[in-house]
Amino acid sequence: MRRVVITGAGTVNALAHDVPGTLAAMRAGRCGIGPLDIADVDRLSVRIGGQVRGWDAAAHLDRAALSGADRFAQFALVAAAQAMRESGLAVGDGTDCGVVLGTAGGGLITQDDSYRAVYAEGKSRVHPLTVPKLMQNAGASHVSMAHGIRGPVFTVSTACASSNHAMGLAFQMIRAGALRAVLTGGSEAMLCFGGIKAWEGLRVMSARACRPFSRTRDGMVQGEGAAVFVFEEREAALARGARILAEVVGFAMTSDAGDLVAPSVDGAARAMAGALADAGLAPGEVGYINAHGTGTAANDRTEAAAIAQVFGAAAPPVSSTKAMHGHLIGGTGAVELLACLMALRDGILAPTIGHEEADPDFALDVVPNTARAARVEVALSNAFAFGGLNAVLALRRG
Amino acid sequence: MHMHLRDKVIAIIAEQAVLDVSDVTMDSTLQSLGIDSLGLVEAIFAIEEAFDISIPFNANDPAQSGFDMTSVAAIVHAVEGLVAQKAA
Repeated sequence: MRRVVITGAGTVNALAHDVPGTLAAMRAGRCGIGPLDIADVDRLSVRIGGQVRGWDAAAHLDRAALSGADRFAQFALVAAAQAMRESGLAVGDGTDCGVVLGTAGGGLITQDDSYRAVYAEGKSRVHPLTVPKLMQNAGASHVSMAHGIRGPVFTVSTACASSNHAMGLAFQMIRAGALRAVLTGGSEAMLCFGGIKAWEGLRVMSARACRPFSRTRDGMVQGEGAAVFVFEEREAALARGARILAEVVGFAMTSDAGDLVAPSVDGAARAMAGALADAGLAPGEVGYINAHGTGTAANDRTEAAAIAQVFGAAAPPVSSTKAMHGHLIGGTGAVELLACLMALRDGILAPTIGHEEADPDFALDVVPNTARAARVEVALSNAFAFGGLNAVLALRRG
Repeated sequence: MHMHLRDKVIAIIAEQAVLDVSDVTMDSTLQSLGIDSLGLVEAIFAIEEAFDISIPFNANDPAQSGFDMTSVAAIVHAVEGLVAQKAA
């Protein structure tokens, strides 16, 4: 079976508009969450988020892309360009390459703006490109056009697991020999009035801070942005002298078939165990887990129990970087994979910031508040979605 | 007025529990009525809409909400308070 490596990475998120800045912020334990700067924020009860600040799309995109790309697609385009630049991948005629991106909301801001225009402002027309801007596959399509990628191009939408499902499929297609390289990851831009208002209804959001695994946690905080990676067949990457950031060695996806929103220990545990089995790894070989760690009461308790079920008393360090960049929903697994790359390449575990006190319900080393040096050979990245869908990736030092 | 409020709250809870209103008493707990966390969130929404109030409930930490949602009597009492606050 072919092996799959990562040869490029790019990102835009609340911590920085590139990978070096994001990793520096993660090392420093910096928080990118702050007051939301969006229309009608005064009518929201949740007024904080991990917003991308100082976003100047015109500095990155040409006029055509600007007028036709929603914010979520802009993030994907910029992250993909960074990843391609780092990778140095030549796509040739593009037919043996693909793009697989995750998003949950697609062009949600385009929808929100359009509804405001026709319903609230009484206008009778919306932007002519409203449909191609809001479609879920817009990000993947823009990326394919920007880089001449003409093989399989599609979007995966599985709520908070979208990015991990996308990257897992990219991994499987290369491993199976169907493709040479895939631009994969995810993006999300849900920080608009309608996006937050919908989440408020579930009553799982914190109005104060995201504090994963802390006894004092009181909910999730949304973020936005994108991360995109170049996944590439290992022999081809080595032959062209590409720099290997990490190897993707396993992937598993499971479904709870239980509750629409409540997570399950069994589904999460089967996904982690499945990713290890897919990679032919024993639990003891894992040196770091990037948790889904949303900071809700239910997720963190369930995830901790699932980790205990798979790893027993010897669980490796676990951290959730959502306290820094927020929960990017469909883009979250992609941004969080950066923390796995940092652990594998740089030997630095990103901290779980905002941690006030241990939760007596579980005994996990959550790397509280301060980054830590550690040699990590294998890392797992967890994503668990509403709808009971779980997707876990396993990575090894490249 | 207060009978009316109580009946309205009970009707909302009964509908959420898929029970007849006669099966919901002031002593009933949400657990005994089989209402899970998602059902509770839906019931809160219906109560907020019915009385035009905002209930400060966070599912992550129900005890910290300052709003007791464990029994029908507690919910009725809390809604009475919020309705009175709105009138004041």
